[in-house]
Amino acid sequence: MLIRITPEHPIPSSEITPEGVYQDRRSFLKDAGILGVGLAATLAAGKQAGAQGGQGTSIGGAELKGELTPEEDVTSYNNFYEFGTGKDDPKPNAKNFKTKPWTIKVEGMVAKPATYSVEDFVSPSKLEDRIYRHRCVEAWSMVVPWQGFPMADFIKKVQPTASAKYVEFTTLNDPKQMPGLRFPVLEWPYVEGLRLDEAMHPLAFFVTGVYGKTLPNQNGAPLRIVMPWKYGFKGGKSIVKVRFTDKEPRTAWNIAAPDEYGFYANVNPEVDHPRWTQARERRIGELRRRETLMFNGYGSQVASLYSGLDLKKNY
Amino acid sequence: MEAGLQPAGVEGVGGVQGVARSRVERVRRAKAPKAPRWVHPLVIVAALVPFVWVAFAMWSDVFEGTRYLGSEPIKESEHFTGKWALRFLLGCLAVTPLIRITKIGWLITYRRTFGLIAFFYACVHLTIYFGLDIELMWSNLVEDVLDRTYITLGMTALLLMVPLALTSTKASIRWLGNRKWTAVHRLVYVSAVLGVIHFYMAVKKDVREPLVFAAILATLFAIRWWYRRPVAGNKRAGDLASGG
Repeated sequence: MLIRITPEHPIPSSEITPEGVYQDRRSFLKDAGILGVGLAATLAAGKQAGAQGGQGTSIGGAELKGELTPEEDVTSYNNFYEFGTGKDDPKPNAKNFKTKPWTIKVEGMVAKPATYSVEDFVSPSKLEDRIYRHRCVEAWSMVVPWQGFPMADFIKKVQPTASAKYVEFTTLNDPKQMPGLRFPVLEWPYVEGLRLDEAMHPLAFFVTGVYGKTLPNQNGAPLRIVMPWKYGFKGGKSIVKVRFTDKEPRTAWNIAAPDEYGFYANVNPEVDHPRWTQARERRIGELRRRETLMFNGYGSQVASLYSGLDLKKNY
Repeated sequence: MEAGLQPAGVEGVGGVQGVARSRVERVRRAKAPKAPRWVHPLVIVAALVPFVWVAFAMWSDVFEGTRYLGSEPIKESEHFTGKWALRFLLGCLAVTPLIRITKIGWLITYRRTFGLIAFFYACVHLTIYFGLDIELMWSNLVEDVLDRTYITLGMTALLLMVPLALTSTKASIRWLGNRKWTAVHRLVYVSAVLGVIHFYMAVKKDVREPLVFAAILATLFAIRWWYRRPVAGNKRAGDLASGG
């Protein structure tokens, strides 16, 4: 079933990024195809100073454009337990979910604690396109064209104090609208968290749209987190509260099964989930599995965050 | 219990002819109403509908680009066939209690039928897991079976069904003798319990569905226990004690 979603951004993302740039990307990709992947990586890396070596993934992710997962899959195959535990539950169950008005409470160790509206952070003219790999802890993956803004922009705006070391994100807890909350599958509300330096990383992204459209409810509207080098469950959806703290937040899946889901949850092919291997993944739409990349292919940009940290213990 | 073994064991193989049974039993059998001949084949065809459907859906999703099985057709078909294996296993275990309650003797035919269909679905489940999910990687298989308890249990449940399927023929009963055959076929209880635990452990967090399977299995065991319980002065207790 095709659900038409009326864009809520005044300017559709296709206009934000001038068509010429898109065309350019396409021809760029074509050239890259001819000249070889190595050169593509070099070119892509050239766009972003911090993106040399490794998988050669730029922050914008233009080189992933040819691998996009169909929109139908991105918007109908969702883990969003507040709307049901089946992956096809969220889409129908979130159909009438109200995302307007929406406020985000910012609290804790922060200079400007306040209740903000989404619009305070989302200025349509500043929305960025990012094509990211998305790797679920369940060993499936996608490539998704998100729209949003860097988490760092948000953090700078609310100014955490010097003692803040972590940031905690809370998902809406409204059983009237979210039928999944009626069962204690997880400890509600859904809480996720990051180390502050992770949240400040340029790849850390607040998402408000996908495929050039306003984020569908089942994908975590109106505001969700995307951390491309971590397993998907780190990306809290429909965020209503952001709290800055000096203690590692207790996160939903970690509470539910500490031996299976850690706080860090960095994509790591060398550390298996107790019930399955994380060495390979199945890209949605592909029949054969592919090798999982360390940090989901973003190692050149994020590995330094974890130097000296035992990733086998801190999974 | 010993005394009860004989007739129940005979019933147990789907109305095997030519095995000694009491005169009373013979008379009761002769008078017992039978289902029309076409019912059994029809049930078998119906039982294979889920398989035909999933095979078609898989083929269509892969080659025609349809989305019958959603975004992950391999996982979906794996779970689908696994659950059908368990359903038929529970169906198989439901036959004897159902006969106890309804007194419809000819239902016994379906114990073997459902058992074999459960085995069939379990084999398809294993084939999808090994062939498509882990892509024939022996190292992965060995790792899964040795290190991952739910797979260890699932594999054990399936392997336990092999001797049962192999000895599901009339000839096997004659070859083993009733008592031995019945004893061997008690493995089905172990297989069912392991199969349900396998399902329970395999799901990520929402265990409501496996718990339904577990509840049904527990109910079937409870009914068996109820009919087997020693009741003073009740001749039927011994008579109905065994089998199934």
